[in-house]
Amino acid sequence: MSGVRDGQSDGLDQCCATSVVKPCYAYEVQSLRFRYQSTESMNNKWILDDLSFQVAEGEVLGIVGPNGSGKTSLLKLLARLASPQQGGVTLFGRDLTGMRQDEIARVVGVVPQDTQQLFPFTVAETVLMGRFPHRPRDRWGTACGWESGEDVAIAEEVMLTMDVVHLAQRAVTDLSGGERQRTLIARALAQTPRVLLLDEPTAFLDLQHQVEIGSVLCRLKAEGGLTVILISHDLNLVSQYCDRILLLDQGRVVRLGCPEQVIEQGTLESVYRCRVLVDRHPGTGLPRVTLPGRCMPDGA
Amino acid sequence: MRQPSATGSPRSCADRLSNGQGFAVSARGSVVQGAILTRSRLILILGALSLTTVAVSLVCLHFGAQPIAYGEMLRLLISAMTNDQSGTDDAAADITRTILLQIRLPRVLLGFLVGCSLASVGVVLQALLRNPLADPYVLGVSSGAALGAALGVLCGAGTTFLAEAALPACGFAGGIMALVIVYRTATSAERLPIHSLLLTGVILNAIFSALIMFITSILDPNRSYGMMAWLMGTLTSPTYSGLVGVLVYLSISLILLFRQMRALNILALGEDTARTLGIDTEQAKRSIFILTALVTGAVVSVSGMIGFIGMVVPHAVRLAIGADHRLLLPASALVGGTFLMGADTMARTLIAPTEIPVGIITALAGGPFFVYLLLWRKDRLA
Repeated sequence: MSGVRDGQSDGLDQCCATSVVKPCYAYEVQSLRFRYQSTESMNNKWILDDLSFQVAEGEVLGIVGPNGSGKTSLLKLLARLASPQQGGVTLFGRDLTGMRQDEIARVVGVVPQDTQQLFPFTVAETVLMGRFPHRPRDRWGTACGWESGEDVAIAEEVMLTMDVVHLAQRAVTDLSGGERQRTLIARALAQTPRVLLLDEPTAFLDLQHQVEIGSVLCRLKAEGGLTVILISHDLNLVSQYCDRILLLDQGRVVRLGCPEQVIEQGTLESVYRCRVLVDRHPGTGLPRVTLPGRCMPDGA
Repeated sequence: MRQPSATGSPRSCADRLSNGQGFAVSARGSVVQGAILTRSRLILILGALSLTTVAVSLVCLHFGAQPIAYGEMLRLLISAMTNDQSGTDDAAADITRTILLQIRLPRVLLGFLVGCSLASVGVVLQALLRNPLADPYVLGVSSGAALGAALGVLCGAGTTFLAEAALPACGFAGGIMALVIVYRTATSAERLPIHSLLLTGVILNAIFSALIMFITSILDPNRSYGMMAWLMGTLTSPTYSGLVGVLVYLSISLILLFRQMRALNILALGEDTARTLGIDTEQAKRSIFILTALVTGAVVSVSGMIGFIGMVVPHAVRLAIGADHRLLLPASALVGGTFLMGADTMARTLIAPTEIPVGIITALAGGPFFVYLLLWRKDRLA
């Protein structure tokens, strides 16, 4: 399958190839400020306020925070589904705003949170759509061509990885939430991205498939190369599977660091404004978050 | 603190795919190949539909106030194609020839073209607006075209309504006017949000309908009847030069729309997803929206308001053959064209010599079918 990206150079390798001393960042976020246009006139509150951080290539970064803390907005900015009012985002050294949408799509795969599907595309058709950014550009600029044999082979491989190959002929509208979510992750992987952005990847999954998603993240991380940024309300998922965690509250960074630095009782209680228990996972030794039991008096 | 390596040569996911690491080795896409649209399936289905279209068109040419025997019809069609003038001495054959070639054939061809266009525009709008109920009328362009034609009648553009050459031009101008209003109203901050588009279309439809009703009510009864028939959707026998004009115009617009078939698959997933898959959604929406409006304006100007084809045909075809627009769009075009040819034949033969506006037939056939589809979906969901 060599040469999948031949002729599809994303032009992003230059940063990494020439940079010996300076570390290569997948994303660099500088003094980012963002608010939605419609709310601009009503109040001046920033959804994201003065955010600066870097995401190293090959890193798995978890973004957590209470509802309304700006997690999804941040993911939208990283995928350039929205543009910041101030500050900037670079993707492998290139300014994101200067890139074409298909250039970004060849580098960044996005798994959205909303999995509502309207039209009965089959699972195989849905996953193959991930190959759309890699279509050859013809001189007429048409978008009615066919996927190549290479595209089909890549789609099948990612379907095997995400355990949806047996669903290939099923319509996505007939799938359970978990099956649909795995199909969407397969579609993003079919983009053969260098960065994978996941919005609540385990929200619809049962325990078995949550573990599977975790192990897929582990495999992708172990093999190196793929940078993963995931948003989740599941603090245990990010603690177990992420290299670093970005904790947001009211659009600002509260903590950014390894799980031991961020998943910490006092920090979580002040951000989430409720009681939590943090202990160690018996297998990994990483922080584990538990809700207070009903027998536990408030303030005990 | 565990930090991943921040340096070193980057390796893409594709590299991992290429050296066989990370993903299980498969039989080069054999499973996927069986679950997607292939060229052979596309050719098979479109071939079968094309043959059906030809067969139905022959049936439509056969029926009329004076039925024409199939053998005679084929002979006349072949002689017309080969420019063979033999047999013109026979007066009866001459009449049959005139009926077939000057009256029925252009009307059947126009019916096919209009049905094709309505169904194609329906497919495109349903994908673009992510609404299976969308059809060419939701944007208000068809009402705009109808209002333009109604104003043409009010201003006294001729005495016999349907014979007017000026009215298609009036209708077309009305369609363009509606397009400009919808476009300018719905655009905000250089973007064209779909909900604004739908809302503007609904409001414009209401305003235009009211104005059309007002114009109809102040017209004299003769012209009022003609306009009511046209508003319900009526096909007439065009001249060949007129037909060629419509054919060229619609063909160019439809070819430009058909170029976006694969992109429509992606756009049907929603705007944000389409952008993450590399589509410049604003540019795609603008070009597709303008093309659909141009096709709708032209269709309304030649055939009035023929409803339900743009809504029901794509829906039914999608249920039968799946959602891939590379097949859905041409298949819906063929089915829509065939359906309208058949409906128009019924319209002109059911209570001959009186003609029923074909829009009544399509609404009576399409409406109950649509209710059936909704009930079927409800049962399925339950």
